[in-house]
Amino acid sequence: MSTGHVLMGLLANADRHGYDLKHEHDARFPASRPLAFGQVYAALERLGKKGFVGATEVENADGPNRTVYRLTDEGRRELDDWLRRTEEPSPFVANPFAVKTTLALLAADRDTAIDFMDRQRATHLERMRELTRRKLDPDSSLSNVLAADFALAHLDADVRWLESALERITHLEQEVQP
Amino acid sequence: MNQAPSPNLADPAPSPHDALQTQDGRASAPLLTVRSAVYSYGSELALQGANLQLAPGEILAVTGPSGSGKSTLMLVAAGVLAPTAGQVIFNGRVISDDSEGERSRLRRTEFGVLFQFGQLVPELTAGENVALPLLLDGAKRQQARAAAGLWLERFGVADLIDVRPPDMSGGQSQRVAAARAMVTEPSVLFADEPTGALDTMSGEAVMREIVRVAREAGTGVMLITHDAKVAAYGDREVLVRDGTTNELSINLRNGDDR
Repeated sequence: MSTGHVLMGLLANADRHGYDLKHEHDARFPASRPLAFGQVYAALERLGKKGFVGATEVENADGPNRTVYRLTDEGRRELDDWLRRTEEPSPFVANPFAVKTTLALLAADRDTAIDFMDRQRATHLERMRELTRRKLDPDSSLSNVLAADFALAHLDADVRWLESALERITHLEQEVQP
Repeated sequence: MNQAPSPNLADPAPSPHDALQTQDGRASAPLLTVRSAVYSYGSELALQGANLQLAPGEILAVTGPSGSGKSTLMLVAAGVLAPTAGQVIFNGRVISDDSEGERSRLRRTEFGVLFQFGQLVPELTAGENVALPLLLDGAKRQQARAAAGLWLERFGVADLIDVRPPDMSGGQSQRVAAARAMVTEPSVLFADEPTGALDTMSGEAVMREIVRVAREAGTGVMLITHDAKVAAYGDREVLVRDGTTNELSINLRNGDDR
C-alpha cells in the first residue's frame, strides 16, 4: 500500500499541511508504523509531480510560510480507482513456525518440536490476552478495536496452524526423518 | 527463543502467571483446586492426573482439542463427577469425598453452569427462566423476580424479561442463560464453550459481559473452549492434552532457554 494513496485519502475531505497529515495518519491508524515527516514530504512531492496534489503557500504570521496541500481532480480520479482496487492477498509463504518445527525435528527430536510449539502457542496467547484486554477497555477508540481485531485474527490463524501441526507431528516426523 | 508474534501493537504487558494472583495483582487464596484428578468412563481413562487452581475473580481458560478431557475436567471440578483418584477442594474444603447430595447442594448454591446452548426452558419467559434456580432453592417469588430483572439488566437484556426463548436470537438467549447461571451469585461460573453457537459479534458481547460480571462480582470463571480467541478473554490458560494438564509459564521458560 503506497504512502501516496494513503495521503490522498486523507486529503479527500480537507486541504492540509504536511504536519497535519502525519498526525492524522498516526491517530487514525494506530497499528501502522508512524509516518516520518521526511516520508510525508517526499510522497507529497511525488504526488505533486504526477499532478495528483497541488500546493499553495500560505502566509504565517508567526514564522515562515507554510504549504497547504490539496487533492486535484486528477488526484481524486486516481484515489477513486485505488479505492476500488483490491489488495493482493498476502502470500503467507514464509512461515517461521513451520521452519523451526521442521528444524527441531531434523536437528533435535520430537519432544523439542512439541515443546517449541507449546511454548509458541503460550507466547501467542499472551499477546492475544493483551489485545483482548485492550479491546475491553472502555477508553479504546474504534480504530484501536479494529486494529486489535486484525491482529487477533492473524494470531488466531497462527495458533490454529500450530494446533494442526501438532496433530500431524507423527507424520511430519516420518517425513523429515524417514 | 520463541518467535515474537508479528502483529505488534504495543509493548507486551506484564501478566499474572502465579495461580494465586488475580488480575489486579492481589494475592488471594485459591477458590477452587483440582489436584491430581483421575477419572475414567469404564475402561477409558479420560483424566490422568489433572491439576488446576482458580482464584476469586479470575478467569481461567481451559483449552485443548476435542476428546482431550477438558469437559470431563470441568464436570469433576464442578462436582458433577466424583474423581476416581485425586481431590477437588473448594474454599479450603475437600468436596470430592462428599456425598452426591452434598455436592448437588453445593452446585445449586455456589456454582453456576453455562453451556454452548443455553438450555432455557422454552415455555417460560426470560424472567421466569432466570428466576427458576432461586425458586427451586426456596426463594420467595417476588424476590426471585427482582433478582432475575437485575441479572437480565447486567447482561444487557432487561427488555427481554417477558419474552420466551423461541422469540429470541442466539445471542439474546445465551445472555439470558448467562443471567440464569449467575442469579444465585455463585462463587464459580463454569462456562463450557459459551460462545460456540454464536456469531463473532454476539460471542464477543457475551464474553464481554462474563468478564465484567467476574470482575464486579468476584466470581471465578472456568472457561472451557477450543477457540484461542475466546481463551484470550482469560487471565491464564491451562492446556488439557490426553487427560493431563499443562500450564506454560512463558516468562520463566523463556528465561532459561538461552
